[in-house]
Amino acid sequence: MPGKTQPQAEMLKGTLDMMVLRTLVSGDAHGHTIAKVIEHTSENLLEVEQGSLYPALHRLEDRKWVSSYWGASENNRKAKFYRLTAEGRKQLARETTRWRQMTRAIGLVMGEEGGAQ
Amino acid sequence: MSWLRFFRRKRKDVELQAELDAFLSEEIADNVARGMSPEEARRRARVKLGNSQQVRESLWVQNSPMPLTHLFRDLKYAFRTLRRTPGFSVIAIVVMALCMGAAISLFTIVRSVLLRPLPFRDPARLVVVYEHRRTNGAAADSRTQVAPADFYDWRSKTRGFEDMAIIRYAGYNLTGERSELPESVRAAAGSWNLFQLLGVTPAFGRTFSEQEDRPGSTAVMLSWSVFERRFAGDPGIVGRQIHLDGRPATVVGVLPSWFSYPDAGIQLWRPYQADASSEFLQHHDFHQSLVIARLRPDVSLASALEEVGAVQYQLHLQYPHDPVAEDVTPRSLNEDLAGNVKKPLNLMMSAVGCMLLIGCLNVSNLLVARGAARQKEVAIRSALGARRATLIREQLAESVLICAAGCVGGIALSVVATRSLAHTWKDLPTAQGIYIDGTVIAFASVLMITATLIAGLLPALSTTGKAMMNALQASARTGASSVSRTLLRKSLLTAEIGITVVLLVSAGLLLKSFLRLRAADVGCITQNMLTLKYSLPEKKYDTPEKRNAFNEALLERVRNIPGVRAAALGNTLPGAGYWGDFIFTVKEHPPVNASENLPEALSRWADPGYFSALGIPLVSGRFFTDDERGARSYKVIVNNQLVRRYFPGEDPIGRHLHVPAHPHDGAPGIVDYEIVGVVGDTLYQVGKEPKAAMYFPMLEGTGSQMLAVHTTSAPLQFSIPVQRQIAALDPELPVSDVRTMDEVIGASLVNASLSARLVLVFAILSLLLAAVGLYGVLSYLATQRTTELGIRMALGAQRDQLLRLMLGDGMRPALLGLGLGLAVSFVATRLFQSMLFGTKPLDPVVLCCVVGTLFAVAVLACLAPAWRASRLDPMQALRAD
Repeated sequence: MPGKTQPQAEMLKGTLDMMVLRTLVSGDAHGHTIAKVIEHTSENLLEVEQGSLYPALHRLEDRKWVSSYWGASENNRKAKFYRLTAEGRKQLARETTRWRQMTRAIGLVMGEEGGAQ
Repeated sequence: MSWLRFFRRKRKDVELQAELDAFLSEEIADNVARGMSPEEARRRARVKLGNSQQVRESLWVQNSPMPLTHLFRDLKYAFRTLRRTPGFSVIAIVVMALCMGAAISLFTIVRSVLLRPLPFRDPARLVVVYEHRRTNGAAADSRTQVAPADFYDWRSKTRGFEDMAIIRYAGYNLTGERSELPESVRAAAGSWNLFQLLGVTPAFGRTFSEQEDRPGSTAVMLSWSVFERRFAGDPGIVGRQIHLDGRPATVVGVLPSWFSYPDAGIQLWRPYQADASSEFLQHHDFHQSLVIARLRPDVSLASALEEVGAVQYQLHLQYPHDPVAEDVTPRSLNEDLAGNVKKPLNLMMSAVGCMLLIGCLNVSNLLVARGAARQKEVAIRSALGARRATLIREQLAESVLICAAGCVGGIALSVVATRSLAHTWKDLPTAQGIYIDGTVIAFASVLMITATLIAGLLPALSTTGKAMMNALQASARTGASSVSRTLLRKSLLTAEIGITVVLLVSAGLLLKSFLRLRAADVGCITQNMLTLKYSLPEKKYDTPEKRNAFNEALLERVRNIPGVRAAALGNTLPGAGYWGDFIFTVKEHPPVNASENLPEALSRWADPGYFSALGIPLVSGRFFTDDERGARSYKVIVNNQLVRRYFPGEDPIGRHLHVPAHPHDGAPGIVDYEIVGVVGDTLYQVGKEPKAAMYFPMLEGTGSQMLAVHTTSAPLQFSIPVQRQIAALDPELPVSDVRTMDEVIGASLVNASLSARLVLVFAILSLLLAAVGLYGVLSYLATQRTTELGIRMALGAQRDQLLRLMLGDGMRPALLGLGLGLAVSFVATRLFQSMLFGTKPLDPVVLCCVVGTLFAVAVLACLAPAWRASRLDPMQALRAD
């Protein structure tokens, strides 16, 4: 089992939805896969809590950014799969742009401050 | 944000659970794959999953929009509260259902009769045009039906209306091709353009052509009902012949099944001019027709009417000695059909509105009482920070439930009530079906919301106001109850009783005038009198001699039936309706000024034995003789009323009436009739003032007759023998309207009796509601004052003093309400004064009865709680909380 470093306990607000959408770009997935993908891709820095994952998924579904269907998982178990909708793809694009701008802005601010110290 | 998810949240929850389970098993499988033991794998997976309950809860909350959740919760609590007190709930719901049911039924009728446009093309542009006599003012009798000669001038000389059509009623004896059973049918005659004007296309065949609308035309259109009933719904009837009054007529078309204008009883349509004499079409005195006009889209009604009015005024100047009105006046199609029912409908609608208001006030009153019990709870919650709006919403939920249930019950009730009411109320126009439609449902919803607010808002506001904190301060042992709430309940009660009084007064007045109507003296013998109608077809009975022969032979035969005292034959009988009138002048009098209305009188025909058989007294002169027939029949008998009006202080016998509209058949050119007798007045309709009338000898050869047979015993058992005598004379002659004279007169009372009965029912229900309210309030007061009463007793108050005290408490609002109600009645009853007969709006007998009844009911309602209060055991009363 991989050694667990101190995971980022609190995820930045609003970023979970974006990451879930991003995960679904590479294909339909069920909750477990989504959580695993996020954790793995973030090199286990992020831990997705079920308490926020499922409400997030349902929220996204409610806003018609993802659709869902029941299917069989890779282990042949019944699981609920989520699929990115066209609307969701547009939303992801919007959020990504926003996020890039934000991180750049924050980076600029932080870089300057770091330099001053 | 879809609100729907609120209703899907249960399913979502189940789904989520499955999803979480799937997650768990995936994680376990992953962990096992990583080489853990199954237990360890499960434990780790659970740890990772965390509290799944929390996930479910947060999703549940996410799926529950706040306002909706609150609403749901409030309704649930309200439902539980109501279920705890089933007695109260059932009474309140039944009260609301009764009141709403009545209101919805009446609205259904009002909507169908007065509001819903008739099913014609663009009905908003259709109007009925009447002639209008300026001298009569704006009153209803200023409308005169139109003479065809006037109509043809209007149509050819004005441009404001797209088109105008004319209608009049008619009647035929209908026989088929192979002389099937004869039948007398009601029919109408309409100008050829009528159906195009209305936008009606026939179900089969075509409408009349312009060429067919001329005297002697044989075209006829069938209504759907006669087409189905008599011709078995066979479209092949179009183009075939039927027989009307023995003459062949060709069916050109069949009207669609929904068409029932002007009423459902019309079986056939003929072209307007088909059976009209040229005299009828050219003279300006035959006011028997209805004119329907369609307005041009770009012309205002006022300017179109002005144009027609100008033409009419020219005619008025042109024919100063004919009854030609100076002006015209419009009426909407709906109103024209509704005519007589509009006033009673409005009256009943108001009565029902009052009853509904009383129902709401009653429920409100009961809720105030319940609110009192929850006073402390409300106070504590508000002290803990509950907002007033929340508290009010909670309390409103109860009245929402009561009113909603009442509304549903009311709609169900009104379906039944509307049907039976429409069935009983003979006067309702039948041109439109009466049914519940979207507008009625919308009306019911508005009614429900209004009722909810009236019933719920007042109690809710009263228990949540600023004074609510007093409830916390008021310790259990203060003697006095909240004065303000008692005041509120008493004012509600006063209003309730006030409205009840208005209803009772109205009902009493209607009832009294109905009784007066029933007791009215028609002016002739009405008991043991059999009546029937027949109409001699003109083809077979084409001369006055043939008609007289039949009529006299029939009279002779009927008089010889054992048990028959006398028989009378005339064109109509007393109490059977207006029939017709003629304009006349007195030859011996100076000419009437052009500005004045010409004298008019009802026109009647009578056989020589008519008056004695009907028991109409001879005042002076003589009756007709058998000899006054044919060319010698230019005689006339007038009634007392005519003498009083047109021969004041003068002996009318031997004078001559000049009746231009009644040219004499036997002697052409003679329109002067010598007065030979004066007879007593009879009523043409019960409830109407007696009118001047002139009787012409039947023996001048009239063909349409009403026979009255005065019998020694129950008259209906003579109907078969009499009809057998008719069949013996002419087996093809149909007979209609076989009724007793009492039935004929009763028929005109049906509507008066209906409105009196209905308003009485509403009033009694209201009285009952008010009594329940009074009882409830006083019982409540008595419990509130238990401690106080105990102290009074302990200090030496006598039981009868306490009884008086409590009685006074209950009677004060009752008496106040009585006074207010009487004051309002003085105004309200004037509004329907015209519906009263022989009864003044301030009839002392009615007023005394109402005051007495209300007083008695109030005392009864107050006595029980007051008695109970005076019988309290002082020790227990003091201990009671």
